[in-house]
Amino acid sequence: MRAALELARRELKVAVLSKVFPTRSHTVAAQGGIAAPLANSTEDHWHWHMYDTVKGSDYLGDQDAIEYMCRRAIEVVVELEHMGMPFDRLENGKIYQRPFGGHTQNYGSPKMAMRACAAADRTGHAMLHTLYQQNVRANTQFFVEWMALDLVRDPQDGAVIGVTALEMESGELYLLQAKAVLLATGGAGRIYLFTTNAFINTGDGLGMTARAGLPLQDMEFWQFHPSGVAGAGVLITEGVRGEGGYLVNKNGERFMERYAPSAKDLASRDVVSRAMITEIKEGRGCGPEGDYLLLKLDHLGSEVIQHRLPGIREIAIKFANADPIRDPIPVAPTVHYQMGGIPTNYMGQVVAPEGSSKEAIVPGLFAAGECSCVSVHGANRLGTNSLLDLLVFGKSSGEQMLKDIHAQPKPHRNLPKDAGEATRARLARLDAANSGERVADVLNDLRRAMQAHCGVFRFPDHLADGVRKMNEIAGRAQRIFIHDKSKVFNTARVEALELENLVETAVATAVSAEARKESRGAHSRSDFPERDDKNWMKHTLWIKEGNRLDYKPVHLRPLSVETMEPKVRTY
Amino acid sequence: MKLSVYRFDPDKDERPYMKDYEVTPEASDRMLLDVLVRAKVQDDSLSFRRSCREGVCGSDAMNINGKNGLACITRVADLPQHVTLRPLPGLPVIRDLIVDMTQFFKQYHSIRPYVINNDPPPERERLQSPQEREELDGLYECILCACCSTSCPSFWWNPDKFVGPAGLLQAYRFIADSRDQVSSERLDNLEDPYRLFRCHTIMNCVDACPKNLNPTRAINKIKELLVKRAV
Repeated sequence: MRAALELARRELKVAVLSKVFPTRSHTVAAQGGIAAPLANSTEDHWHWHMYDTVKGSDYLGDQDAIEYMCRRAIEVVVELEHMGMPFDRLENGKIYQRPFGGHTQNYGSPKMAMRACAAADRTGHAMLHTLYQQNVRANTQFFVEWMALDLVRDPQDGAVIGVTALEMESGELYLLQAKAVLLATGGAGRIYLFTTNAFINTGDGLGMTARAGLPLQDMEFWQFHPSGVAGAGVLITEGVRGEGGYLVNKNGERFMERYAPSAKDLASRDVVSRAMITEIKEGRGCGPEGDYLLLKLDHLGSEVIQHRLPGIREIAIKFANADPIRDPIPVAPTVHYQMGGIPTNYMGQVVAPEGSSKEAIVPGLFAAGECSCVSVHGANRLGTNSLLDLLVFGKSSGEQMLKDIHAQPKPHRNLPKDAGEATRARLARLDAANSGERVADVLNDLRRAMQAHCGVFRFPDHLADGVRKMNEIAGRAQRIFIHDKSKVFNTARVEALELENLVETAVATAVSAEARKESRGAHSRSDFPERDDKNWMKHTLWIKEGNRLDYKPVHLRPLSVETMEPKVRTY
Repeated sequence: MKLSVYRFDPDKDERPYMKDYEVTPEASDRMLLDVLVRAKVQDDSLSFRRSCREGVCGSDAMNINGKNGLACITRVADLPQHVTLRPLPGLPVIRDLIVDMTQFFKQYHSIRPYVINNDPPPERERLQSPQEREELDGLYECILCACCSTSCPSFWWNPDKFVGPAGLLQAYRFIADSRDQVSSERLDNLEDPYRLFRCHTIMNCVDACPKNLNPTRAINKIKELLVKRAV
């Protein structure tokens, strides 16, 4: 929506297709904040933010893109405020900022930076609504409950010239021509059984990209958020720990002090999640099964909880029967964020290997947000950098799209004769099938297998098994069928189409993870416990055709500053 | 647990009917939405909207045993063994529990739901005191689920003319924002026998809101401002 706004404000005709009403997208569930070195409460600098992000990425992030993001953070957050975003305020009227995991002062000093700009613990909700409101003002045309299905490419040069899409209410298939297409379809956390992600996070843009013959990057890196409500998966923001909450094990011990003596509970998410799983494995988990830990925040007092963390109090009461004013919240590491995705540069242009180049621009195709891999998050994202990623790269994509569109001749290119044929064939197969595999069964098996084989800690035999299972599940997904053949708002059909996208994502993840023989960020292998910069400081590319892998180098050179050299990563 | 669900597919049904589902919730099924998803595994044609499953996206509003609410934060433990589910009342049904919300969003858009400030933007954030910001609490949290508006008899009668509780709550959210400069135009936009004054303080909206917001209070504040302006 940030990209749409950029275009609509310049009077371009913008169509936003969304399979849900736009304020129901999963950005709505982001809680804790958006990073920007405004220095409203503590001294701060974009260069410190860049250092934290590069280190957080475990040196897999592209340093040009990270510099770009950190340098534009203040601009885009201030703009968001001007749009009407209801940020919390300090006494002096400036935006309220809280500390967050991995965000430090002065290049990793023990002093945390207060960098997360927050609207209570509903920052994503406030931001998504603000962006929608501004798009209403700018006359962006929304196609509500339209699900994009496939990209349409020009066979001449591979340029993306449109999409096929299903209008869910009527069940009709449409072909939409466009001079530029941006994918902003979010993550695909639904490939896991325990996830903070919404039902709609099914990797639709990833599936579209893979089917169009383009690669997916760094799909082995999935962030497990330390605090999903145990059993339910619903997110409890890291902002709780930013405000002073902390984790304890069954002995009441504040165990993070042992794993991250300096940052403790505000170490990077991969570090905290590994510590939690270790506590659970070593028998110090809580509850009858010993399978969760407790997040304690009653010492913050009811004033802070009701004022700064009202949303998570609501969630804890509803989903964990625990009022955090009195009781700790049972939490466990839960899949939360996909660091990998559709490869782009920092102008949002999708890039893919072609000829001698590993990063040739795919004309007409853009991606921004969680579905994209710029890559600013590398092997592990810092909290509050995702909302920032949306704004910065949404805006830069919009700017680049504007340039590209103006550089094109006025009429649209001619569509190839077989445009939309692949989509039509997929839908026809689904309509014709009266027996086979049930969507719910295949999906359930996929999610269980991903949970078992591609978790916080990864084991060689599990990974190899995971690849085998995913390939088998991908085969079963070819034989799915649905009973419901109605044209009108057929949610069974939507779920079947989503399953195909989840399968692409899961196969990419399993294959990429099995191949990476090192531990870096969120990818932690028992047989290769160390980071191996010599052999593995490179991005993975998974290509659907032939289910094969390729690699490309990390951009170590920032835009204007010195390279941040890889170091041992401790918190 | 028995679910009786309103079913209607215009593609094949002449008229709506109720269909029963026997579902055995598992221990992990805390919420009504979990049970509904289980019913959909039995019968994939059962249609409803859902997304975040934590009460923030506003997709799965429906009428649950006569009261509007979100399935995803309605606890199974708080429900009787027999649950009747119907689409939100007062809006056209597209299919089963899915209603056409066009009119609802039209009213939301009619209040110009965005901050208008015509001063050139400063280099940094516009300042707002914590007290000014607090004025927005209880307003900006609205998730546009439509539980309130579709429980309001005045909205049932005049969905095309009465803004409804959700729209009016948002109207006040922008009037109350210290950064907005067009309060007076916003009040003009509401000073009408239908747009605002169809609210008869029935307060179904307050009762229905799954986020515990209070549209009636916001509506009264708008009315007070109109009175103040008149004298």
